[in-house]
Amino acid sequence: MDFFDRFAIPHPSPVIYASMVAITLTLVAIVAGVTYTKKWGYLWREWLTTVDHKRIGMMYLISALLMLFRGGADAIMMRAQTALPENTLLDSQHYNEIFTTHGVVMIIFMAMAFIMALMNFVVPLQIGARDVAFPRLNALSFWLYFWGAMLFNISFVIGGSPDAGWTSYFPLAGNEFSQSVGTNYYMIAIQIAGLGTLITGINFIVTILKMRAPGMTLMKMPMFTWSALITNLIIVFAFPVLTVALAMGTIDRLFGGNFFTTTDGGMDMLWANLFWVWGHPEVYILILPAFGIYSEIIPTFARRNLYGYKSMVASIVLISVLSFVVWVHHFFTMGQGAMVNSIFSITTMAIAIPTGIKIFNWLFTLWKGKITITVPMLYSLGFIPIFTIGGVTGVMLGMSAADYQYHNTMFLVAHFHLVIIPGVVFAMLAGLTYWWPKMFGFMLNERIGKLSFWLISIGTCVAFFPMFISGLDGQARRMYTYSEATGFGIWNMLSFVGAIMLAAGFVTIVYNIYYSTRYASRDIGSDPWDARSLEWATHTPVPDYNFAITPQVNSSEAFWDSKKNGHKLFSGEYKEIHMPNNSGVPFIMSAIFFVLGFSLVFSIWVLAVIALLGIFACLAHRSFEQDHGYHIPVEEVKETEEKLGGAR
Amino acid sequence: MKVDQTKPLEYSTEQNNLNILGFWMFLGAEIMLFATLFASYFTLEGWTGSGPSGSEIFEITPVIFETFILLTSSFTIGLGVHAMRLMNKKATITFFSITLLLGLAFVGFEVVEFFTYIEEGAALQTSAFTSILLSTLGTHGAHVTFGLFWGLFILIQIKKRGLTPETANKSFIFSLYWHFLDVVWIFIFSFVYLKGMM
Repeated sequence: MDFFDRFAIPHPSPVIYASMVAITLTLVAIVAGVTYTKKWGYLWREWLTTVDHKRIGMMYLISALLMLFRGGADAIMMRAQTALPENTLLDSQHYNEIFTTHGVVMIIFMAMAFIMALMNFVVPLQIGARDVAFPRLNALSFWLYFWGAMLFNISFVIGGSPDAGWTSYFPLAGNEFSQSVGTNYYMIAIQIAGLGTLITGINFIVTILKMRAPGMTLMKMPMFTWSALITNLIIVFAFPVLTVALAMGTIDRLFGGNFFTTTDGGMDMLWANLFWVWGHPEVYILILPAFGIYSEIIPTFARRNLYGYKSMVASIVLISVLSFVVWVHHFFTMGQGAMVNSIFSITTMAIAIPTGIKIFNWLFTLWKGKITITVPMLYSLGFIPIFTIGGVTGVMLGMSAADYQYHNTMFLVAHFHLVIIPGVVFAMLAGLTYWWPKMFGFMLNERIGKLSFWLISIGTCVAFFPMFISGLDGQARRMYTYSEATGFGIWNMLSFVGAIMLAAGFVTIVYNIYYSTRYASRDIGSDPWDARSLEWATHTPVPDYNFAITPQVNSSEAFWDSKKNGHKLFSGEYKEIHMPNNSGVPFIMSAIFFVLGFSLVFSIWVLAVIALLGIFACLAHRSFEQDHGYHIPVEEVKETEEKLGGAR
Repeated sequence: MKVDQTKPLEYSTEQNNLNILGFWMFLGAEIMLFATLFASYFTLEGWTGSGPSGSEIFEITPVIFETFILLTSSFTIGLGVHAMRLMNKKATITFFSITLLLGLAFVGFEVVEFFTYIEEGAALQTSAFTSILLSTLGTHGAHVTFGLFWGLFILIQIKKRGLTPETANKSFIFSLYWHFLDVVWIFIFSFVYLKGMM
């Protein structure tokens, strides 16, 4: 192939040219806007170089919302293409690309980022800490994720997107069958973002284990912090597997290695195994924080302690262990034999037990509670039935003999969307609404929020229930079209209607953010929900140092205890507070990673070597740097505290 | 910065404690990384295609040299950390320097070994077996090479700034890294080379 041919997209169409224009215009608009308002300095000082966990959380949040719409656009295109039989809206290549990028964007760049957003903002506050253990690394995590996402997203207009599915099975993803650079983007962009995730994992484990407020033993941690701890443990033990698998795939594609080829001894099933050894724990990396969020919201709005705290913790731990021993259920039909399949069937169904415990614990928390129906509570209540339907069909899929019927059909697609949407998306929207006042100092409008909830939850059901039927009728997933005689038409049209409702729901959320930013009251105090954990004990907006005085904790619901039983959280004098300095190096280093990734995708070796040297220089700079942070003097702490509404 | 005098220098501040625990977590991730490589190696060991098998290309002499050199370097870095605890700056620098020189010699041997393999027709592209063999060895070798630079930087810092809580912390963490690479090598030596030669 000629050098410049690689940069061309394999299947030009008006949609892609339109997105090229849109991307260029957006970039120009951003640069012009920032220049016109003279905000470059502000942007650099306050955001690009920040090491504050709250600001990093907000940047994750913005990125996640952007990616939600990016992945959502793919979803709408998919549903529009299959809404009618023999539709010609998209060609097969384009369809392959959008279902691949939909999966990757939603899992890696939307859901993960959303979780990181809430974890970053909430966990240090919930444990009464000043920041995370390694603030500088935290910034690096975010920027690696950000630049990884950017690399993945330019694939659409430069060189073509990956088109082998989000699972990218070999040999389909190998050079023989995927000749464009698309799969290179997959291998390298996910690698860069994955590095960031791994660093977050290490950072948060140390933060949670070492930086809890005095008195907060492990069994007095709020449930969201528990779920974050276990999630990060899973991250540290699962992501290296992905790192290796992606590196092998990269070697195969760029350097002619023979890991997953069909010749010279290569073993394509090794990819499938490695991918799912990471991929299944990844599912629980997504769902456990969601469980944690529900465990915060349900007690708050049922006005009762969480039922079965210890069994909640035990079931999270059990799920995390089981998550590593079920991966084969993703490919029961790929020839392991009955013995292996049976073992993995049993482990898979076993996961329903701890999950069931959690469901019942939430129900018992609601039992006899004084329930107030707010938007976060609506999402939590909607989650339970829809998630249960998704979960029960998962047990059906887990029976290996029956799975031969369901495998790779729309039934599977319905199943995992019905766990992942109520499980993750509802939880993220609930968490977003719940913690929004702490983040931004005003509440999201409840009426618009309820409208969004109904649109999204009904949309979810309308979009995915029909797929159970068409799947059982034999409609395979990832087929870009089908004939009228199959009778799938009506079900797919229904799905399309549901997808439109979902899209409308997400648009109302954006409108809600706009509306509330303009009109919502700023006078909401620091605890608008009458909540139970420590993040509500500090001021809103949260000062840079989080807590002027480190809180003393005596129970798992420390703030509730201080409000109702007169426990004194904050005692002692103000002291000067040590803070970390901002740094531009994480941003610069990650941007160089982007250059490295881009040059690897297109095999531009000279540039790759230069970028590697640049990364090395950043590491060396960090090694020799002497950065001891700075101190906020007592007077300044006192002044800030008084300005924010008196001492705490 | 509060310094706790009752503890060894590398543990003496709050941040130092966090750094060490964080590094242990990182080593947990590294264990998974190498475990994945080993699992893949055992899977692909017999998948040699038309290329050579392990017993045809492995030679014991250079491997024995590599093993002795790396194990010795793990011993000398242990002495280095001991010297650091005794606040003997000169001995610390000496032992760290010896460690790095041994590391350099190890990398030298490994580079020669790689060129020999490629000459014998066992390149990265030859077969699944050679791909995973060179990737596993290469990942370990890349770690050692990275460690050479990292160790050199720390050495320069000890020389310039003396044994402070900060440099002591860095040196201690570096020694954890170096010992870890030694442990990985023991696995490579036993389960790649010895098993392959049997």
